[in-house]
Amino acid sequence: MSEHAIDRSKMKVSDEVAIQISAMNKWYGTFHVLRDINMTVQRGERIVICGPSGSGKSTLIRCINRLEEHQQGQIVVDGTELTNDLKNIDKVRSEVGMVFQHFNLFPHLTILENCTLAPIWVRKVPKKEAEETAMHFLRKVKIPEQANKYPGQLSGGQQQRVAIARSLCMRPRIMLFDEPTSALDPEMIKEVLDTMIELAEEGMTMLCVTHEMGFAQAVANRVIFMDQGQIVEQNEPKEFFNNPKSERTKLFLSQILGH
Amino acid sequence: MANASYVRDQMLPPQAPPVSEAGVVKWLRENLFSGWFNTILTLVGVVVIYWLVVSALPWWLNSVWNAESLSQCREIVAATAGEGATGACWAMIRERWHQFIFGFYPPELWWRPVMAFGLLFAAMAPVLFAGQKKNLTLILGAVGLFLLVTLGLAGAPMGGWIASLVLVGGLIALVQVMPGRLLWFTAIYPALCFWLLWGGSVWTPIVAMLGFVVMGGAYLALVGRLGPTASALIGVFLAVFWWLFLDIPITTALASMIGGGLDQVDSDQFGGFLLAITIGVTAITFSLPIGILLALGRQSDMLIVKTLCVGFIEFIRGVPLITLLFTASLLLQYFLPPGTNFDIILRVIILVTLFAAAYLAEVIRGGLAALPRGQYEAADALGLDYWRAQRLIILPQALKISIPAIVSTFIGLFKDTTLVAFVGLMDPLKGVTQIVRADIDWKGIYWEPYIFVGAIFFVICFGMSRYSMYLERKLKTDHR
Ligand SMILES: Nc1ncnc2c1ncn2[C@@H]1O[C@H](COP(=O)(O)OP(=O)(O)OP(=O)(O)O)[C@@H](O)[C@H]1O
Ligand SMILES: [Mg+2]
Repeated sequence: MSEHAIDRSKMKVSDEVAIQISAMNKWYGTFHVLRDINMTVQRGERIVICGPSGSGKSTLIRCINRLEEHQQGQIVVDGTELTNDLKNIDKVRSEVGMVFQHFNLFPHLTILENCTLAPIWVRKVPKKEAEETAMHFLRKVKIPEQANKYPGQLSGGQQQRVAIARSLCMRPRIMLFDEPTSALDPEMIKEVLDTMIELAEEGMTMLCVTHEMGFAQAVANRVIFMDQGQIVEQNEPKEFFNNPKSERTKLFLSQILGH
Repeated sequence: MANASYVRDQMLPPQAPPVSEAGVVKWLRENLFSGWFNTILTLVGVVVIYWLVVSALPWWLNSVWNAESLSQCREIVAATAGEGATGACWAMIRERWHQFIFGFYPPELWWRPVMAFGLLFAAMAPVLFAGQKKNLTLILGAVGLFLLVTLGLAGAPMGGWIASLVLVGGLIALVQVMPGRLLWFTAIYPALCFWLLWGGSVWTPIVAMLGFVVMGGAYLALVGRLGPTASALIGVFLAVFWWLFLDIPITTALASMIGGGLDQVDSDQFGGFLLAITIGVTAITFSLPIGILLALGRQSDMLIVKTLCVGFIEFIRGVPLITLLFTASLLLQYFLPPGTNFDIILRVIILVTLFAAAYLAEVIRGGLAALPRGQYEAADALGLDYWRAQRLIILPQALKISIPAIVSTFIGLFKDTTLVAFVGLMDPLKGVTQIVRADIDWKGIYWEPYIFVGAIFFVICFGMSRYSMYLERKLKTDHR
């Protein structure tokens, strides 16, 4: 994976609860897509969620910033419960950054404008300051020189790093990643993972749906395995990979690791 | 045995391509004679063009510009080109051009529509070429020049002439310092324009504009407590109330205290392109925002809003514009307080606007549907609320996709203004032409008025089309 040794000094998990999900259920029409989800995420935790296609991973993390609505149970993010109250939803969304599989950059805006839009309009940051912040994060993801280009002019890996920078510009306390590397070529996967590792090293709370098991082993402090809308198994990475308990997990791991 | 190793010891200089591969011959072969079918098409095309030119050319070449009547035209043609020759009689245009342009607008007041027309470009410029200092200066300069010449020709009073030139000069200066502020002029232009065209007390446009101030004020006062949608609705409601019930009494009261204004011109004196452009420009301006709101409403989760929008769109699209124009007075009378006598042009403008808005709503809906879901999700995930997401992310992209179709709708709308002939207004095509041909001098003239009117329509519509292509090129950022 990454060449440099991972610096774990700041990767501290605090007692403070970042996300609390209890007895949460969700249906799409009559289809019971998430079943009795219970989960607590502490501040500073790096959680990797994996599982077969259609198991509800995306749905779960999209519930955390209310891109999807749950019908039963409770989701509390940073002390704010997600209900139909729009104020709460806006509050949570401005605290939680999200990175999508297909980047979802705004193609009609330059990279810099992509990064400054939300801070200016949601956080009411002055334009100048927002641009400085944006350049700071673009340097961090190592593409400051692309600031005035349009998303269509960038490679996939570069676009995904812009998407990460765009989220970071809102100074989120939690980051959600939904398969951030699965639309990318191998050499681009690495540059995006490196960015994510750096983020983890700074102590960001991260929930990451990914099949990059190397990343999980290196960075995560917990791996959650989902199947058929349920959390089947969770454990710290070493245990999870070397000593899976459930048959389903074993089957999944053997498929994905190819042995 | 061949030697596998090879080294070029002499570089070849570039040579001109063979004749068949370059210039005219190559172009002809590839584009006109690439196969037997293409060759036949080319030959047929040449014959058709030849035939058209041969039959129409004498008519154009024998054009007569100076004559008193059609019969005199014919005599002149017969005298110069021989018996039986045909010739265009543009003398009619020379004598009657003003009816095609102004209808029966009083000649001593022509300067007012001329001024309104010139300033129209000054008002559109900051919207069409936002932030482009050089283009804005160029356009405003052209407007100044236009007004300098035409207002002089139209015999405008000194005061109006100087005022408009000072205004344009001021706008040019403003562009150099703060181009964004030019939009203020755009905002007050509608009131100024309607005052120039219809005349009346100075208070009429000011009080009418105050309706918008009421709308904005109500919105700003309430938005903190009620949220954007509810306060916008209340604002619109209050403004409509203002226009319907308070506007006229207040204007009358103010006018009786402090007089001053322009001579009134009645709607039935409007005609020709003055009428077409008044209806067209107003309808275009107002149909776009209404169309956007309808398109968003149609996508809304709120059942009532959605049903109303769908019902409105489908009703308007399902009924011919002429039917709407005919029933204009009846329909609007239902919704208005009894006793209001609604101006016929205003009535027509409202209906044409709504008609175009329904079409635009569908066009824009197409643009909205073309956007990937991810754009909505990314906007949501960043914490943008509905209206900001629409304004900053969704609409810019959806409208960009829809530019060609939107401009098509606008062009259609502009040409549809000729349908007002059916409700007795004097449109340039049918209304004015009919009047001209009713004159004993020009009885029997046929091609010339239609060609003249058609040419002006073409110039305007072609202009719109070119602008849309320019805009598409300018906004192209996807680099696909
Ligand atoms: N909008 C929707 N309406 C109905 N069913 C849906 C919808 N979105 C997802 N589903 C279904 O819900 C289930 C879970 O979907 P989800 O996208 O969460 O899976 P996933 O674990 O992310 O899979 P993948 O690895 O393929 O991304 C799937 O069976 C899917 O078909
Ligand atoms: Mg998924």
